[in-house]
Amino acid sequence: MGIQEDNNRFRDIVRGRIKQNFKKYVTHGEMVGKREKDYVKIPIPSIDIPRFKYGPKQQGGVGQGTGQAGEAVDGDQPGQGQAGENPGEHFLEVDVTIDELADILGEELALPRIEPKGNKNTDVTTYKYSGRSPVGPEGLRHFKASYKEALKRSIASGTYDPDEPFVVPIRRDLRYKTYRKVVKPQANAVVIYMMDVSGSMGDEQKEIVRMESFWINAWLRRNYKGLETRFIIHDAAAKEVDEKTFFSTSESGGTLISSAYKLCQKMIEEDYPLEAWNIYPFHFSDGDNWSGEDTRMCLSLLQKFFFPRVNMFGYGQVESKYGSGQFLKDLEKTFPSEDKLVISKIENKEKILQSIKDFLGKGK
Amino acid sequence: MSNLTPELERERQKICRLAKEQGLDFFDTIFEIVNYNQMNQIAAYGGFPVRYPHWRFGMEYEQLSKSYEYGLSKIYELVINNDPCYAYLMEGNDIVDQKLVMAHVFGHCDFFKNNQWFSPTNRKMMDAMANHGTRIRRYMDRYGVEVVEDFIDVCLSLENLIDRHSPYVMDVIKEDPNKKEVVEIEKTDGFRLKVHRDYMEKFINPPELIAQAKAEAAERQKFERRHFPPEPVRDVLNFLLNYAPLESWQQDVISIVREEAYYFAPQGMTKIMNEGWASYWHSKLMTEKIATAAEIIDFADRHSGTMAMSPSGFNPYKVGIELFRDIESRWNKGRYGKEWDECQDMSARQTWDTKEMRGREKIFEVRRNYNDVTFIDEFLTEEFCIQNRMFVYKFNKRTGQFEVDTRDFKAIKAKFLFQLTNFGQPIINVIDANFENRGELLLAHMFEGIEMQPDYMQATMKNLYKIWQRPVNLATVLDSERRIVSFDGKEIKSILLSDLPVGDGNS
Repeated sequence: MGIQEDNNRFRDIVRGRIKQNFKKYVTHGEMVGKREKDYVKIPIPSIDIPRFKYGPKQQGGVGQGTGQAGEAVDGDQPGQGQAGENPGEHFLEVDVTIDELADILGEELALPRIEPKGNKNTDVTTYKYSGRSPVGPEGLRHFKASYKEALKRSIASGTYDPDEPFVVPIRRDLRYKTYRKVVKPQANAVVIYMMDVSGSMGDEQKEIVRMESFWINAWLRRNYKGLETRFIIHDAAAKEVDEKTFFSTSESGGTLISSAYKLCQKMIEEDYPLEAWNIYPFHFSDGDNWSGEDTRMCLSLLQKFFFPRVNMFGYGQVESKYGSGQFLKDLEKTFPSEDKLVISKIENKEKILQSIKDFLGKGK
Repeated sequence: MSNLTPELERERQKICRLAKEQGLDFFDTIFEIVNYNQMNQIAAYGGFPVRYPHWRFGMEYEQLSKSYEYGLSKIYELVINNDPCYAYLMEGNDIVDQKLVMAHVFGHCDFFKNNQWFSPTNRKMMDAMANHGTRIRRYMDRYGVEVVEDFIDVCLSLENLIDRHSPYVMDVIKEDPNKKEVVEIEKTDGFRLKVHRDYMEKFINPPELIAQAKAEAAERQKFERRHFPPEPVRDVLNFLLNYAPLESWQQDVISIVREEAYYFAPQGMTKIMNEGWASYWHSKLMTEKIATAAEIIDFADRHSGTMAMSPSGFNPYKVGIELFRDIESRWNKGRYGKEWDECQDMSARQTWDTKEMRGREKIFEVRRNYNDVTFIDEFLTEEFCIQNRMFVYKFNKRTGQFEVDTRDFKAIKAKFLFQLTNFGQPIINVIDANFENRGELLLAHMFEGIEMQPDYMQATMKNLYKIWQRPVNLATVLDSERRIVSFDGKEIKSILLSDLPVGDGNS
C-alpha cells in the first residue's frame, strides 16, 4: 500500500534527524531503565514544510465563549511555544523503540558487529527428526506411521476385516522420517556489569555510568539474541542486584574493588562454563580503591582468572572530584599490552559516546 | 465500488431521497465502508485513495493513526469533491453515526456541485490525482527518489503562493504588446500646463521644469520597458513555472503541486459555509426525518460534540450552521433591508416579523453565490456575535498568554475577515524578475499589519532560491520596520528599506 511507503520515508527522515542529534539523546536520562521494545519519546526538530505565514502571536483571532476583556484564553493555542527567530524551535515528538535507537547508535559510531570467538555461536542449529514424508530412504521408514496409513486406507476402502486383520501396506502408505531445522538462540553471552557505588562516586558519576552501561546493554542486546545480563554493585562489599536496582540505587561507603571481582569470579565459575559462554565483564568506577593491597589483589585476579576466560574486560573510569583515578593508572602500568583489557576514561557526559566506541568499537 | 451492508444501503437510499425532497442537488454519491486503517490512509491523502508518493502523507498518517489508537480522535466522514462524489464511512461506527454522516455528506455534495466557487474545480480529480502519482513515480524512477522528493518539498513550501481568485476571472483583457502606443516623450506636450496668456508661458511652464519632467518620464519609460513583470504577479508558482530555469520534469512537478493547490483552494475559501451547510442539513434531516426516537439522544451527543465552541478559535461548523439558521430566520421574518437596518426601536426589532418566509430560498441562494469572506461580510451581525459569545483575542506580551481583547462587533468582524482573506495567508506578489538589474527575484509582501514568522520565512526563501537559482529578495516588515530580506545562496541578509540606495523606484 502506498501509505506504507510514505510512512517508511517519513520514518527514514526521522531516523536521519535522530542521528544528527544523537549525542543529545544519549544523555537523555529518562531512557535509562527502559527495555528493548519500550517506546521512548524523542523530540526532534520539526520537519514541517516551511511557508510564508503569519507569526501566530501577532495574529490573534476570533474565539467563542465566556470571559471579560483581559481574561486569559485557555485551551491549546495555535502554535504554542516560542515563536522563535531561529529555526528548530518547533518540535515534533516521535516514538522510537530502544532497539531502533541501538541500531542508530551502532550506525552512528560505526560499531562493528560482534564476532563471537571460535565456534561459540550465538545460535545453534539442530536437526530434529520430527517430520513425516511420503518419500525417503528405507532406513528412515517409520513403521508405525506407515501402518496407520495402511490401516486407514483399508478401512476406508472397506477391505479391512476385524476378524482377519491383515493389513498390507502398499507404496503410497509408506511414511519416512524427515528432519526439520531448528534454530535455537543460545544464550551463550553474558555481560556482567559492575558498578562502584561508594561514597566517592557522586550522583553525576553514577548517572554517567548508568547511561553508558544502559547503551552498551542496549547495543549488545540488539546483537545477541538471548543475551544474559548480571548486575553487581559494590562499595566495600559487593552484591548482585537486579537491573532496576542497578539503574536506580544510590549507596555509599568505602571501596574494595576486589569484592566485586571476587563476586564476579564466583558467578562465572558457578554459572558460565568457559566452553559455552562469551563473557563480557564491565566495571565502572572512579578509580579510587581503598588500599594498594586490594588493587594488587584485583590485578592478580584479572591476570590469573579473568583474562584467560573472558572475551573482553571493560573498565570505564569516571572522573570524580574525590577519586584519585589511581586504579586506571595501575591497570595501564600492569597490563600495557593486554589485548583483553579495554580501558576507557569518561570525563563527562559528552564523552559517553566516545567511550562506548572505545568499548564496542573493536567487535570483540 | 460501494460495499454497504443491506441495512446501510436501505438507509442510504432513504436519506438520498429525503435530501432530494428538500431541494438538495448532488452528483451521484458513492459510499464505501472502510476500516480505521484505510480511513487514516485516505485522510492522510486528503481524501483520495491514491496520491503521489511523499513523506508528509506518511507523517500525517502516523499522527492520525496514533491519535486514533490513543482514542484522541476519530474521523467520522470523508468526502471528496468529484463526479461522482466519493464518501467513506468508518467500519464499526454506530448506525446513528452512519446515518448522520450520510446526511452530512449529501450536504457537502450539494455544496460542491452548486457553490459557484467550486465551479472551476476538476470534477475528475480522482483520476488526475492518480495521474499525478504515476508521473511523479516515473520521475522518481528516472532521477532518483531523493532528488524528486526534495524538489517536491521545495514546491510545497511555495504552494500557498497562488492567486486564489484567478480561476474566476473570466476574460482578462489582454493588451496586445505591439499595439501599445509608445509615447515619444520629445514630441509630447503633455507636460505643459494650459496657458491662456502668452506672456504667462515662461512663468507657468518654466523651461527647466518641463525639461526635468521630460527627463523623468523618459527614465520611467526606460524602466518600464525593461521591467518584468510589468504588473505584480500574485500567482508566484505560475510565474516560476514559466520563467525559472527549470528542467522539464521540474516544471511538471510544479504544475502538479499548483494544480492540486488550486483544486483544494475552494475548500479553504468556503470552510465555514461548507461545514455549516452540511451541518444544517444533517441536523434538519436527522431530527425531522431520519433518527428514530431511540437514536435521538445519541445524535444530540454527536452533534453537540461537533458544534463545541472553543475560546481559542472559532468552530467553522458552529459558526456556519448558526449563520445559515440566522439567515433563514431573518429572511423568514423579513429582518433585512433598509427599514430593518434603520429601525432603532429595540422592542420593534424584537417582535419584527413580516411573515415573508423567504428563508429557505435565501439560504439556497447564499450557498450558491457566496464564499466565507462574503458570507461573513454580509451576514455577520452584532446580534449574532452576542448570541454566539464571540470575541477577539490577542497575545499579551506582558503576561505571555493569549487574552480576550474585545467583544466589539466591528473588531470581531474585522478580525474574522482578516483571518479568512487569502485563507489567512500573507499575500505575496512577484514585483521584479530582474531586481537590481542582476536577474534577482523581488517579491513583496502586502503588509496588513501582521508580520510573518521569521524562521519559516527564511527557510522558505532558501527554497525559493533553489528554484530561481539567483538571489531572491522579499520586501516585508520585520520588527515594525520595512525591510528587504534577501538570500543569495549563502546567507540571509536583512536590509532596512530606508538604507537601500534609491534605484529603480520600486518603493
